[in-house]
Amino acid sequence: MGKTLFDKVWDAHVVDIIDPDSYRDGPQVLYIDKHLIHEVTSPQAFNELKERNIPVFRPEQIVATADHNTPTKDQHLPIKDALSRNQLEQLSKNCKENNITLYELGHKYNGIVHVMAPELGITQPGMTIVCGDSHTSTHGAFGTIAFGIGTSQVAQVFASQCLLLTKPKSLRVSINGKLKNGVLPKDVILYTISKLGTNSGTGYFCEYAGNVFENMSMEGRMTVCNMSIEMGARGGMIAPDETTFEYIKGREFAPKGDELEKKVVYWKTLPSDKDAKFDKEYYFDAEDIEPMITYGTNPGMGIKISQTIPETSDASFEKSLNYMDFKKGESLINKPINFVFIGSCTNSRIEDFRVAANYIKGKQKAANVTAWLVPGSKQVEAQIIEEGLKDIFDEAGFELRQPGCSACLAMNEDKIPQGEYCVSTSNRNFEGRQGQGSRTILASPLMAAATAVEGKIIDITKQMN
Amino acid sequence: MEKFTTLTSTAIPMNIENVDTDQIIPARFLKATDREGFGDNLFRDWRYNKTGNLNPDFVLNHPEYSGSILVAGDNFGCGSSREHAAWALTDYGFKVIVSSFFADIFKGNALNNGLLPVQVSPDFLKVLLSEITEKSTTKLVVNIENQSISIEGTSFQESFDIDAYKKTCMINGYDDIDYLLSKKETIEAFEKQKTY
Ligand code: SF4
Repeated sequence: MGKTLFDKVWDAHVVDIIDPDSYRDGPQVLYIDKHLIHEVTSPQAFNELKERNIPVFRPEQIVATADHNTPTKDQHLPIKDALSRNQLEQLSKNCKENNITLYELGHKYNGIVHVMAPELGITQPGMTIVCGDSHTSTHGAFGTIAFGIGTSQVAQVFASQCLLLTKPKSLRVSINGKLKNGVLPKDVILYTISKLGTNSGTGYFCEYAGNVFENMSMEGRMTVCNMSIEMGARGGMIAPDETTFEYIKGREFAPKGDELEKKVVYWKTLPSDKDAKFDKEYYFDAEDIEPMITYGTNPGMGIKISQTIPETSDASFEKSLNYMDFKKGESLINKPINFVFIGSCTNSRIEDFRVAANYIKGKQKAANVTAWLVPGSKQVEAQIIEEGLKDIFDEAGFELRQPGCSACLAMNEDKIPQGEYCVSTSNRNFEGRQGQGSRTILASPLMAAATAVEGKIIDITKQMN
Repeated sequence: MEKFTTLTSTAIPMNIENVDTDQIIPARFLKATDREGFGDNLFRDWRYNKTGNLNPDFVLNHPEYSGSILVAGDNFGCGSSREHAAWALTDYGFKVIVSSFFADIFKGNALNNGLLPVQVSPDFLKVLLSEITEKSTTKLVVNIENQSISIEGTSFQESFDIDAYKKTCMINGYDDIDYLLSKKETIEAFEKQKTY
């Protein structure tokens, strides 16, 4: 029987299987090629190592950045919030003591961990990558096994460059056909999650296949894989192909010359075999996808912009609608919106800002709207300026801020006020995710830009045709 | 890690589905650099109202309910990978979480902190929730050795799954780092011969 992309990468990284006689389907020791860390989920792991007197085993395979807690304004000034400042200082100290490369605040490579690592060529096909952050699934866009881990596991990888894991099952989502105008990768994944629900992927690694993904840019593939965790899957993967190799070529830490050629030969062997078996398979038609929008408090609660909120009767559903102050059966079109956030590791790459700028050009932001644009990295920020997108945003009244996680999780001062709606390109619409009492509506960068211009939610498809 | 074998305790019924880790511990409380004290902010935005006073409607604030077992609705622990969620629950005093479904990362984090996730059938969960809600003195018995959960003094019982390796770890208080460190030579040998 053939092997899946996931099987091939996983099997190449198995160091050992724990006492298979006593533990049927027990955990395996999986080797980790790259370990990404940030300020929020690493300090307790460093402490644990120190307390137990265990050295960091392979510091050269770890890369650190500061992103969750960093301000997105005046990054050159000392951080005002004492706790945030302390957390960043801890990260710097820990990295220094352990010889770990850190791209700290202000560094030209600084950025959201899932934006900066692919951009620098750190993320490569066939690798295993972990990070103490659930959206590590993003890196799967390269045909990489990448997943989020807890802090105890961060400590395990520090200590041994390995993790003890039970091999997940495999799931494949195939989407073929031609996407309609105005339908972006974000819509593809929001559509998929709305169909499958938020726990359909639990216990699985998901492969995305079909010509929709084959025709997608790397940025788009990252947006899709990023949200795999929102359907419960530990990670998502897309087979590496010419688009992948082209993206990697020439990046700072990518292999070069002969080494690259050799790697490409290997990477080409990774896609799932024709006769590979998946534990679960789903198929969708590209033609059925429309611009999507969420109305509830989990990412599975999404509808096509032309649809109305379902008439479901159950307590959790009603609690959620109550929080959002929406009614069953209503349409979201024409809902006034005062906040728009374009950013987060889902949609803060250059392509996302190009989409937004392209729509905004020659238009003005509505007076009622506060519109924040937060690039995913210093490099994206530089590119926005270089390509002249910043001028478009400035003229239209949008605020371009400095890179970081920002209002995606509202750890710093970038918060959406109590009771306000925010059309956001991020990945989670949980209660209070963007600030206590805030109400998040997830959408694509195009929908977000249009909302900011109109001051309300519109049916973007009407402008497309 | 503390050893865990059996537990008999009253329980708190929290009949809410899809409890995500942002609800368990909101991001604004993740600025600490140690593991202590997160229990104070467990379910912060449900436990306290907007003015910072205890919300009397939230079950953790009902004086009649107490205990070290939390019985929650389907799909508990989804969302962010923050282990702070497990730390907040243990710091508050929970030793067992019962639900009909757990998100992967949360489950792993819980087990790594000696917090036992007990997955039961939706029907059994319904019984538990209604029994505890009606009679707050109801005690649950959780036995990891024979992987069972029951209502004390009744015939209501169900068995639950737990990874055999993790079960050994829980019973003996071992953690994964000890095991991985014992494998150092094998890991180094793997690094030398890896083929990719
Ligand atoms: S942007 Fe949001 S989802 Fe992404 S890593 Fe930062 S906090 Fe997490």
